[in-house]
Amino acid sequence: MNKSVLFGALTIAGLAAGAAAAGTLDDVKARGKLNCGVTTGLVGFAAPDANGEWKGFDVAVCRAVAAAVIGDATAVEFVPTTGKTRFTALASGEIDMLARNTTWTFSRDVDLKFDFVGVNYYDGQGFMVPKELGVSSAKDLDGATVCIQTGTTTELNLADFFRSNNINYEPVPIETNAEAQQQYLAGACDVYTTDASGLAATRATFENPGDHTLLPEIVSKEPLGPLVRHGDSEWGDVVRWTLNALITAEELGVSSANVGEMASGTNNPEVARLLGTEGTLGEMLGLDADWAKRAIETQGNYGEIFAKNIGEETPIGLARGLNAQWTDGGLLYSPPFR
Amino acid sequence: MSTTTDPQGGSFRLSMLLNDTRYRSMTLQVIAAIILALSLAYLYSNLAANLRAAGLNISFAFLGTPAGYDINQTLIEYDSQSSNLRAAMVGILNTLLVAVLACITATVFGVVAGVLRLSNNWLVRKLMAFYVEIFRNIPVLIWIVIIFTIMIAVMPGPRAFRGDNATSSMLFDLFAFTNRGVYAPGPYFTRGIGGADGSIINWLLVIATLVGSFFVTRKVTERANHVQAETGVRPNTLWTNLAIWFVPIIILMLILGLAWEIPELKGFNFAGGLKIGGPLIALWFALSIYTGAFIAENVRAGIQAVSKGQTEAASALGLRPNRTMSLVVLPQALRVIIPPLISQYLNITKNSSLAIAVGYADITATLGGITLNQTGRAIECVLLLMLFYLVISLIISSVMNVYNNAMKLKER
Repeated sequence: MNKSVLFGALTIAGLAAGAAAAGTLDDVKARGKLNCGVTTGLVGFAAPDANGEWKGFDVAVCRAVAAAVIGDATAVEFVPTTGKTRFTALASGEIDMLARNTTWTFSRDVDLKFDFVGVNYYDGQGFMVPKELGVSSAKDLDGATVCIQTGTTTELNLADFFRSNNINYEPVPIETNAEAQQQYLAGACDVYTTDASGLAATRATFENPGDHTLLPEIVSKEPLGPLVRHGDSEWGDVVRWTLNALITAEELGVSSANVGEMASGTNNPEVARLLGTEGTLGEMLGLDADWAKRAIETQGNYGEIFAKNIGEETPIGLARGLNAQWTDGGLLYSPPFR
Repeated sequence: MSTTTDPQGGSFRLSMLLNDTRYRSMTLQVIAAIILALSLAYLYSNLAANLRAAGLNISFAFLGTPAGYDINQTLIEYDSQSSNLRAAMVGILNTLLVAVLACITATVFGVVAGVLRLSNNWLVRKLMAFYVEIFRNIPVLIWIVIIFTIMIAVMPGPRAFRGDNATSSMLFDLFAFTNRGVYAPGPYFTRGIGGADGSIINWLLVIATLVGSFFVTRKVTERANHVQAETGVRPNTLWTNLAIWFVPIIILMLILGLAWEIPELKGFNFAGGLKIGGPLIALWFALSIYTGAFIAENVRAGIQAVSKGQTEAASALGLRPNRTMSLVVLPQALRVIIPPLISQYLNITKNSSLAIAVGYADITATLGGITLNQTGRAIECVLLLMLFYLVISLIISSVMNVYNNAMKLKER
């Protein structure tokens, strides 16, 4: 905050909008800890494991940034946020960045004054129903009761979808994925709708995942990615290029296993620039030369992170699909490191 | 030569502002006012500076733009293309609905529990003490969540009603109790103004008729009192009053063609009739039993404030205990009960904002929740919310104060 902490604390959260406009990078370095906003718990994306340690696809982005900036992938304070609290948390400076399957939309980018640094998961909104209902298409859902996380883009898409298909539904607004799961399993709602990846992740935690089916309709584009406050471009660049480093690493074949070997000698100049053995990319970002190396070393490249947390080998079982590298026909395309 | 003297005149010293009791309170108030004004100015400039730094501004234009989301319980016409202002109106009406319902039931629970807590029956007395202590000492949010969770887990889903060997069936083929709410037959007017679907005018007519009956019966009772005061014989008003209550409303119903729509399973849900949603029931019930426990204590205190001699005198006149209570003790106890009761009604209204925990679309959920989140206008929405709760609270307390003034001991 610009002014004293005492009066800052007296203002309500809503009044605290607009924290320090610049210097997040310095703040994070000085604090020695990254405050990263994540979901309250969505297995595969961000959830504490049995030891209370946060694990997941979004969590890996936070840890990669911490590794790049502070040099310690564990120096992250995870702040669980709901669909409703996430933007206030970011705008008020409670968190430095938000990595919480948040859809990049025009109004969030422009009107809410946030900067989306890229896309770490290309998603779309889907529907999950119990098999016993015998529904095969979302267009058959006339009159259904739908559980929906409130304050999300899915809430708006849902209204649009049912409206344009001229069918009715009854929304059941809920706060968190855990609540939705409870109500859906108890039959308080017929359908659960959110991003298809989130549905797959939720279904994987069910006792009998086979009893539930994802409908074929994907009713929206949901590019999910990390975001930071608008107006602090240096910090935005750090998060943006950390994400790009993970994506580029996969494209160039740099993985957590071979990153050390590649850093000691490679004949690919882009790999050398990425890993800091050539050029001054790290310095330009305000970091040291090994920033990207540390991120890849501790978290793995994008492909590794995907495979470990949500890929087909995991219970969540998501195919790469749109999230394959551009060289494999997917949408992942990082600007060059030069 | 002047004889009037003013001993203080001209001898006013600055130190008297603090030392003289005549001025001290005023000085302190002025200082407090200045500090308050400075704090507010500081907070405002801090807000303005931070907003400017973040490139944001304050604007209420979002109220006119389409809300884009649907609401599951709407008392007025609403769809996703309606404005955010209309969504806020839906929320306001839902808040008022649950507040009014909960105030009524909480008063009933409170009065019953408060009277029974003073019962001579040991078991009843202890049971009521148990109720009061259990519900008063656990936060209302927890009660709301407990009741909602139990409802979802215990009640059958609509699926259980389906098929030939359904595990659940409707009560009397009229009522369905599901984990999504209670479905009951819904009244509608076949010959109502505005066709079978009817408009709100039909219901306003019904309410106007009932209000009219209320005032006419009051007149009849006043007249009976008057006759009793003059002649000592009270005319029998029961049949007249019953007729005044029932005849006009029955005639109106016949004219409008009252019919009932029975809920039935259609597709995924029960359709038709009246639906009282699960969140409303959970919130209503939780607020009622929680605040009822507080009101019970108010009622107990009020009754105990009435001197024992009053009860003994009533008994000596041959009044039965229940008549003693309703005619002698409670009217006097009301003077003690009403002021704290106002606070309890305010609490109910404010606590209804916890609706958000169960997905009930009150004003906090619509304006302060979804609209705030979808538009990002946090400051504007929170200001409007504060304004709404302030206005509602002031209205409730002024209405209740009118009632309090009517009830309080009048000294001549």
